[in-house]
Amino acid sequence: MIKNIIYMIKTVTLWEFVKAMTLTLKYFFRRKVTLNYPHEKGYLSPRFRGEHALRRYANGEERCIGCKLCEAICPALAITIESEPREDGSRRTTRFDIDMTKCIYCGYCEEACPVDAIVEGPNFEFATETREELMYNKERLLANGDRWEREIAQNLKADEPYR
Amino acid sequence: MITLTIDGKEVTVEDGSTVMQACEVAGVEIPRFCYHERLSIAGNCRMCLVEQEKATKPIASCAMPAGEGMVIHTLSESVKRAREGVMEFLLINHPLDCPICDQGGECDLQDQAVAYGQGISRYQENKRAVDETYMGPLIKTVMTRCIHCTRCIRFAEEVAGVPELGALGRGEHMEITSYLEKSLSSELSGNIIDLCPVGALTSKPYAFAARSWELTNTESIDVMDAVGSAIRIDTRGNQVMRVLPRLNEAVNEEWISDKTRFAIDDLNYARLDTPWVRKRGKLQAASWTQAFGAIKKALKGVTGDALAAIVGDLQDMESMFALKDLFASLGSERVECRQDGSKIENGCRAGTLFNTGITGIEEADLLLLVGSNPRLEAPIINARILKATRHLGLRVARIGIPYDLTYPVQELGNDAALLEALRDGKHAFSEALSAAKKPMMILGQAALGRADGGAILKAAHDIAEKYGLVIGEWNGFNILHTAASRVGGLDLGLVTEGGVEGILEDAGSGKCKLVFLAGADEFDTARLKKSFVIYMGSHGDAGAEVADVILPGAAYTEKSGTYINTEGRVQQGTRANFPPGEAREDWTILRALSEVLGHTLPYDNLLELRTAMEAMLPQLESLDDNPAEDWDAFGGSGKIEVGGFGEAIENFWFTNPIARASKTMEECDVAARSEDVRTGTDG
Repeated sequence: MIKNIIYMIKTVTLWEFVKAMTLTLKYFFRRKVTLNYPHEKGYLSPRFRGEHALRRYANGEERCIGCKLCEAICPALAITIESEPREDGSRRTTRFDIDMTKCIYCGYCEEACPVDAIVEGPNFEFATETREELMYNKERLLANGDRWEREIAQNLKADEPYR
Repeated sequence: MITLTIDGKEVTVEDGSTVMQACEVAGVEIPRFCYHERLSIAGNCRMCLVEQEKATKPIASCAMPAGEGMVIHTLSESVKRAREGVMEFLLINHPLDCPICDQGGECDLQDQAVAYGQGISRYQENKRAVDETYMGPLIKTVMTRCIHCTRCIRFAEEVAGVPELGALGRGEHMEITSYLEKSLSSELSGNIIDLCPVGALTSKPYAFAARSWELTNTESIDVMDAVGSAIRIDTRGNQVMRVLPRLNEAVNEEWISDKTRFAIDDLNYARLDTPWVRKRGKLQAASWTQAFGAIKKALKGVTGDALAAIVGDLQDMESMFALKDLFASLGSERVECRQDGSKIENGCRAGTLFNTGITGIEEADLLLLVGSNPRLEAPIINARILKATRHLGLRVARIGIPYDLTYPVQELGNDAALLEALRDGKHAFSEALSAAKKPMMILGQAALGRADGGAILKAAHDIAEKYGLVIGEWNGFNILHTAASRVGGLDLGLVTEGGVEGILEDAGSGKCKLVFLAGADEFDTARLKKSFVIYMGSHGDAGAEVADVILPGAAYTEKSGTYINTEGRVQQGTRANFPPGEAREDWTILRALSEVLGHTLPYDNLLELRTAMEAMLPQLESLDDNPAEDWDAFGGSGKIEVGGFGEAIENFWFTNPIARASKTMEECDVAARSEDVRTGTDG
């Protein structure tokens, strides 16, 4: 009996609507959590593992020494490296390819690298129209490194105390 | 016999054993750097320290003779501390450049630092840096990495027989050097790369090319000389990256010659990778159908007696057998394997082999070299002879051109007529031969290649009988071959009247209309210009130049071939990679060609071919076996001409098409030449 009365009142007053609209109104006045991507972007951890890059030393010398440890550790077998002695006798890669479609962004390559050459930078916006464009070669990776060096260096520095 | 206790386990070892050997018998692993089974004991790395009860301090187990009743502990706390201490000292001056070091991944120091080291470094000061030493085009040095184990010095002195390496300075300032900044004048120098426990000595041609973990290992047999060394071919993808020795106590122990190790850099390029057919005087790339069509056309109206084939030095037995069968079906028996003009025969098998065996050299007490230079013809056998002369009392005498063989040699002179004098007992050396208990003779290709080679063979045979070179179990008569295919070819009966010279003459006179060259390049191929030449091989060498049809074949790494070494040991190689482009395995080419010519060979796969071959040669059934052959009469008639022997190998680095195409071999040749003329006044 009482249940029926309550039910009747709720029906007549459109109680569910009122409740829902109250919630809506509450969130209307709260601070927004969505972002207006791509004009706004969220916070990224210094440890974020995005697009790969090959770094250089401050004097312009490429860091990578062709030790192939990243190739060895890569669980997706996405990295292919060939190396040979450069004219000055130092060990350098002649080929450094990453198949970004195979890559699972685990960051092991970064961990394995003894000279901090291969890193996963903060960039995650590298969608392409064709599959072929995701087969990165050494030039592309070095260019990434040049473009993102400031951010990468900052991130590495920020993470350093925890290593 | 000595009985001692190791880690609570009692073991019995032979007299003269060391504590380390006893530990190995007990199954205990002792870390070591300087100790090597085949080199003298140096005891300078101190990594093998173990604890001996009642001794005041840890002992170096490699240098300590095992004693009766010794009680050794290898797992105690003091041993662990000692190893950690030694490792810490070794690492003080070792650079941390493993990522750029070619030894990385197969480095003794790396492995043992992980297993026996401390895990952390307490050393903060500057490390030592050492200048590089130039060691020729084969060996790359990074002397900063050296831990002074002196294995390379001992190898050069004891195994290679060229005491050209040494150490200068003491303690931290010790440096390994070749004194004169030149390459090691040994054909075995590449082995110090394997011996070096760190990355101080690495392979120059292989520098930075690949990592040990990327390589696929295939166990195979070497074909660069007739020794048939056991090798391991390391490939990455379809590329041969390097060749390493494999243990075979009976043949090569654990050494290989530099040619075996380094003449592989051309296998990935400079290859015949498509058939070629000569049209209007010019070779043009063609398809297999076109090449076979051209051969079919050339064979039209040619009878069997106008055909001939010459087999090269690197051929496997399968392809020789198929070639022989194909020629037989075309009505020709004229297949020749002695392309250097050797007068050796195939009647008596003992007359074609190195009967004593390579291990047999260690039993002999007197060795007579006749027209043979084992240092260039078979460096591995030369190393055995050196070992026997150093430690087992072997004396060596020679009839032939004087050449530094790294051990003392009694020169009897360079004159073939000396053989007759010896046979008739008119030479002073006869007495020494008679007195020897286990005498042996090595007859080289320089002697057999002469016009009177048959008579020389006969004289050698008679000398062997006269002086008891062949008595009971002992057979001291040896032929040292230079070609990997030779014994196999002789066993298959690829011997013709007149030999290569006869074929060349007939080709010149127009009697021989078609000549098939199976990788044969080591003669004056220009004399074949008048006949139709088919060349089957892997590299565009002398034979391919005069060819009318070129059939691209496989190199030795690309086929599973059977080879018989100079001892008569049957060995099988394994395919490590695939032939490039259109090239195919040699016997499959002949099988395909036979079908086009309407004489299909009766085998469709390697197994069927081998079964057919074994039916003909029962000795092929037992692999890696060195059976004793029955002694019988052999040798030709005629008189021995007065005059010296020549050289079977003029240039060690360029003995076959693969070596001639190799850039590394060329660099070695240039280095060897430039060092000949270098004097003290040169910069």
